[in-house]
Formats: sequence, C-alpha cells, structure tokens
Amino acid sequence: MGADQYHEPPDELPAETRTFARLSASLTEEAEAIGWYEQRLAVESDREALAIMRDAQGEEFKHFCMDLEFLLRRTPLWREIARGILFQEGDIVEHGEEAEEQGVEGAAARGAPLSGSSSLGIGSLRGAVQ
Amino acid sequence: MSHLLREHAPITEESWGRIDEEARERLTPALAARRLVDFSGPLGWQHSATNLGRVATVKAPFTGISAEQRRVLPLVEARASFAVTRAELADSDRGAEDIDFADLDRAAHDLAVAENAAVFHGWKAAGIVGIAEAAPHKPIALGNDCERYPRHVAMAIEQLLAAGIDGHYGLALGPKAHELVLESSEHGGVLLLDHLRKILAGPLVWAPGVEGAVVVSLRGGDFLFESGEDISVGYLAHDADAVQLYLEESFSFRVATPEAAFALTP
Repeated sequence: MGADQYHEPPDELPAETRTFARLSASLTEEAEAIGWYEQRLAVESDREALAIMRDAQGEEFKHFCMDLEFLLRRTPLWREIARGILFQEGDIVEHGEEAEEQGVEGAAARGAPLSGSSSLGIGSLRGAVQ
Repeated sequence: MSHLLREHAPITEESWGRIDEEARERLTPALAARRLVDFSGPLGWQHSATNLGRVATVKAPFTGISAEQRRVLPLVEARASFAVTRAELADSDRGAEDIDFADLDRAAHDLAVAENAAVFHGWKAAGIVGIAEAAPHKPIALGNDCERYPRHVAMAIEQLLAAGIDGHYGLALGPKAHELVLESSEHGGVLLLDHLRKILAGPLVWAPGVEGAVVVSLRGGDFLFESGEDISVGYLAHDADAVQLYLEESFSFRVATPEAAFALTP
C-alpha cells in the first residue's frame, strides 16, 4: 500500500490529513473484507469453516466501526450528517437529504472552518451556553 | 503548508493538539461579540476586504471618461504573541496534565478583549466603527447600583422599540458590571441575572473589553462580523529554551443598523 492511499503529494499534506487518509483507507479495506466474507459464507458448507469465518467477519465489523467512529470524531460535519442517517427508522434517502441540508446549512451558520484550515474552528457562538 | 508555518515548529502532533485545545477553551468564554452579532465566514487568509456595495467618484485623466471606485473595508489582522517553554512541551509529550500555558492564556484573553472592544467600541485605525459609538440613542449611565440595572435595560429596550427595532435582545456586560450582577439578588431573592434575561428575552453575556454595557437587537442583519481567517495558532520562531507562537485572526466589522443598539456607559 505505502503512499498509494494519498491522492496528493504526501509531503504537502498536513499530518492530520495523512492520518485521516490512513484511517479512510483502513475503513475501505474493512468494508471490502466484510463483503468478501459475506460471499465466502454464502457458498461454504463446512460448519467449522463457517464458524471461523463468521468470527472473522465479526472482527471486521468491529474494525470498520472503530475506523468510522475515528473519522466522524475528526469531521464534525460528517458526524452531524451521520447522526441524521444512522440508526434511524424510515426512508434512508429521505433522511440523507434532510441530514445533508441541515448539516451543511448549520455548519455554514456556525462559521465552520474551511477544509484544510488549521484554525481553531470557533466561528459563531450565537446560541452557545456561556 | 499554510502561512501559519506550524510544520516548522519543534512541536509534536500531541502537543499541538493540547495547545489548540487550551486556546479554544480560553477563547470561547471570552469572545462575547460572537454571541451577539452576525458572523460570516471564515473566508480564508487570502480574503482581504469586505464589499461595502458603495462607490466613490474618482477623477479620470482621460477624455470622455467618468469613473467611480469601489469602496471596501479592509480586513484587519490581529495577532497576540505568546511563548511556550520547550521543557513544558517535553513534559506534555511525556503525558503531564498540568502544562504551564499561562502565556497562551494571557494571549487568548488579549485577543478576545481586542475583538470585543473593536466590535463594541470601534478600532479607528482599522476603519471599524463600534456598536456603542454608532448607536444614535443618548446613552444611559449604568452606575454602581445594580438594582437599577433592570430599569436601565428596560428603558434601553423601550428606546429600541420606539425606533422600530423589534425582537429579542442581548446584553453585553463589561466585567465590572457583570460581577455586580452575579453577586446580586433583588428583593425576594430573585436573581438579578434572571430578571435581566427575562426583560431581554435573550442572553446576557460576559464581555471583557466592553466598558459599561450594550443592549443589541438579535433579529439579525444589524451587526456584521466578517471573518477571513478564524482564530488560529501559528509559529514564529524558537530557540533552545522556548517556542514563540501566536494567535491570529483576520476580520472586519460593520454596523448596518446603528439604531439597533443602545449603549449603557459605566
């Protein structure tokens, strides 16, 4: 893998962006592994092999979730949009549209930092508790 | 690499995280203006001026040509420098929890005071007219008898209503007046703080850098803070003993509706 996970020259990327890219790559790998195990489980008939692969797939579920949680913690807007979509009953697409609209508008209203900025991200404090 | 040159500082990622967190914690309670005025941006470090939508006539030394020039409000770059000793940074990397960030805390307070003072009282050299100096209403003296504060604030709101400024209001209270309010309870034990909030139907904000107090409309569109680069920590220099850093932001501020505020002098 090496530097393949970088879309831009690594030397020009801030350390936090390189970390973000590593965890994004890890998330992708975990998702692929979950899909591969799903296919293997679908065609395997040996009960012992099935048990092992179910256990292995469970590990990938855990890894995927940890990667995702890390990325969401580092990306407030992504986290806010995810909050409107994940673990909700009903129409997924509808939730997605609403969460995106509310999240982006809310971030703009709060003065969220520009992408790639190293600012403290304080922005507007209207409505914040003092 | 950004102009902040953070990558050149002899500071680990962990310690940068702690410096940023300390700065954020110290700045947030003191940035009173951001609780009361409209904040737009951040528009980036390269954003240099606010469009005022107005022009001034300029002479054109060309036959048959008339000319007007756009008027803009240049953003001001405000910087507060501070130092962190390398010994403290090394201890931070070892996991120490009691890192001495006293100079950072001082710089954060200075920058918050400057931002508040610019917004509420103006910054002439930077072309910023403050809310209190723009307000056309005759100010009321706040005084030291804080039991009279509700009456003063009610009178201020009455004046705003008379000027057609409806809606919720906020109160920026200078530190001295804020301390008096916090210490006081009125007859019957009602907290003065709660009484003022009910009159305002809005927040009462601790505002270091404000002299006296200012009542402002919260309906929006009246007081416009434009952020270029929001407050960031940058690197200046280092030697064997300490790292010189700074807090910096670029911004402009303008009052669109002067009559939407009322000043209460100390």
